[in-house]
Amino acid sequence: MPEIPEELLRRSAEAKAKALGLPVEQILAEMRGEAPATAVPAESVDVPRPAFVPSPPPPSVPEIPPEPQPPDPASAPPPVTTVVESPPAAEEPAPVAEEPAPAAPEVPENGAGNGRLAATVSVRPSVPPAGVPEGVRHQRLLTVVKARAIQQVKADPTDKVNTWPHLMIAEFTALLAMTAFLLVLSTILQAPLLEAANFNATPNPSKAPWYFLGLQEMLSYFDPQIAGVTVPTVIGIVGFMMIPYIDRNPSTRPSDRKLAIMLFTIFLAGSATLTILGVLFRGPGFNFAYPWVDGVFFDDLKDWVDFGGH
Amino acid sequence: MSARNGIHGLLTKARTHATDMVGRMWSGQFMDSMLRPGSPFKKGYTDTPRNRSYVIMNNVLYHLHPVKVKRHGVKLSYTLCLGGLSFFLFILLTVTGIFLMFYYAPTAERAYIDVQALSTDIAFGSLMRNMHRWGAHLMVLTVFLHMSRVFYHGAYKPPREFNWVVGVILLLLTLLLSFTGYLLPWDQLALWAVTVGTNMAGFVPVIGAQVKFALLGGVEVTAGTLLRWYVLHVLFLPFIIVIFLAVHFWRVRKDGGISGPL
Ligand code: HEM
Repeated sequence: MPEIPEELLRRSAEAKAKALGLPVEQILAEMRGEAPATAVPAESVDVPRPAFVPSPPPPSVPEIPPEPQPPDPASAPPPVTTVVESPPAAEEPAPVAEEPAPAAPEVPENGAGNGRLAATVSVRPSVPPAGVPEGVRHQRLLTVVKARAIQQVKADPTDKVNTWPHLMIAEFTALLAMTAFLLVLSTILQAPLLEAANFNATPNPSKAPWYFLGLQEMLSYFDPQIAGVTVPTVIGIVGFMMIPYIDRNPSTRPSDRKLAIMLFTIFLAGSATLTILGVLFRGPGFNFAYPWVDGVFFDDLKDWVDFGGH
Repeated sequence: MSARNGIHGLLTKARTHATDMVGRMWSGQFMDSMLRPGSPFKKGYTDTPRNRSYVIMNNVLYHLHPVKVKRHGVKLSYTLCLGGLSFFLFILLTVTGIFLMFYYAPTAERAYIDVQALSTDIAFGSLMRNMHRWGAHLMVLTVFLHMSRVFYHGAYKPPREFNWVVGVILLLLTLLLSFTGYLLPWDQLALWAVTVGTNMAGFVPVIGAQVKFALLGGVEVTAGTLLRWYVLHVLFLPFIIVIFLAVHFWRVRKDGGISGPL
């Protein structure tokens, strides 16, 4: 049974004591299991009646459908339960949750209770019991819901740390390092600016920005329909978006994903090779050139690497 | 009373006034109203678990970060901070880009001269232009590397499939931002790189010619293309990418934070 906070126990004992007209201390002792349960006069007992049962009259107590409770009374969720003597008409005493549960106890998913939690404990007198003052609220069973949240919250215990300072310090350091790096780079490396645009002077070679040079490189091997379209748009964009839906292997362990890792590595190595070829090894007419013989034809780095050709 | 004493007294007085004012600002209503409870910049901040939570929870940062993160996600060796650096580069590019916009007109007559003047006439113009240009190249690189790191971790697997899709769109937008910016200096490099690049788009079957026409605003690069790409570069694409970034970061959190260790 879960620990019940002292003040909740006390409050519920007071309510029960008030209802039964017994001393609070006695009820409290019972609840703590320090005293035997008092035999409660039958007429003062609340008869449970779930809200979805059309109000049966008091004598029909035995016909009331069983409480939405686990069959094993020991695992009944409400922490405060009293086994009640049945009214004379009853043939079988049923274990009944009498008090409103002070705190809804956790019902383990796989344990007793079939993953269900009663929204409230059903306690409603069919006849106002003696000694219950006017205005004392009783709770009714509204519904039985699955013990599951709206959002899927995996409650696996994880090792967590405060974002501040642990993550933010790392981020701030990375941010400063990047700023410093970019400042230094921009101080020593001048961005290229060639002659003004001239529609009549086509430079030779004409190269795309470096991130498209792999594609341009492929254009010199394959039919443009393939290299210019099929590969970048179909495989590149659509194919990449579909990766999570194609790769159904749930494991993230590298040893389980040899094929995926191999394919992606081939893709990376391929694009790197094609890009480097396009950047460094293509000269006039986009023909093959050795950078150390013919020079580098890559104007983005014009002021950085200049092998003298060009 | 010697002159020395006088100066000394004056300095002491000035210092007292200054500390007084700073102190009043720091602990006064203005600071109090600006900094939310738990801010480490607030007077009397103490390093308690409660305040550590407040630093995130009570601040605008809560849009980006949860109060707690998995310990292994903090390790620089897991994400290599590549996503974060991509985003930071985007911010740097926005800042430097706004500076460049002050001095640049997207017309065939002025564009080239304006870019040239950045290096010669304008304080920090050269630095800003260089940072913008190298930063753009760097961002393409970091986004690509970020994608690779996500792939190798298998971090695109459920429930993160859709964030991978959002990521591919972000990569595409990053490339488009970079490519549209490439034309703006209006020099030979810009003109012909864009000509080559858009020629490739022309190879798309069936709609190739239309795509190329829409990109260029004509059949070849013209002054109209310059204006078109400028608007795309400084307005449309940044707007779109910010929306997708918001979705991307939102999903990182809603999908349960950074994926687990291998
Ligand atoms: C403008 C570009 C992008 C920015 C600014 C960005 C930013 C981020 C950030 C800050 C994270 C948190 C974890 C980390 O830093 O690694 C993240 C995670 C993620 N990103 Fe991106 N990203 C971008 C592009 C991409 C691309 C191109 C892809 C894939 C095609 C992608 C897929 C993902 C996925 C699946 C996660 C979750 C990873 C995990 O849980 O370990 N993102 N992104």
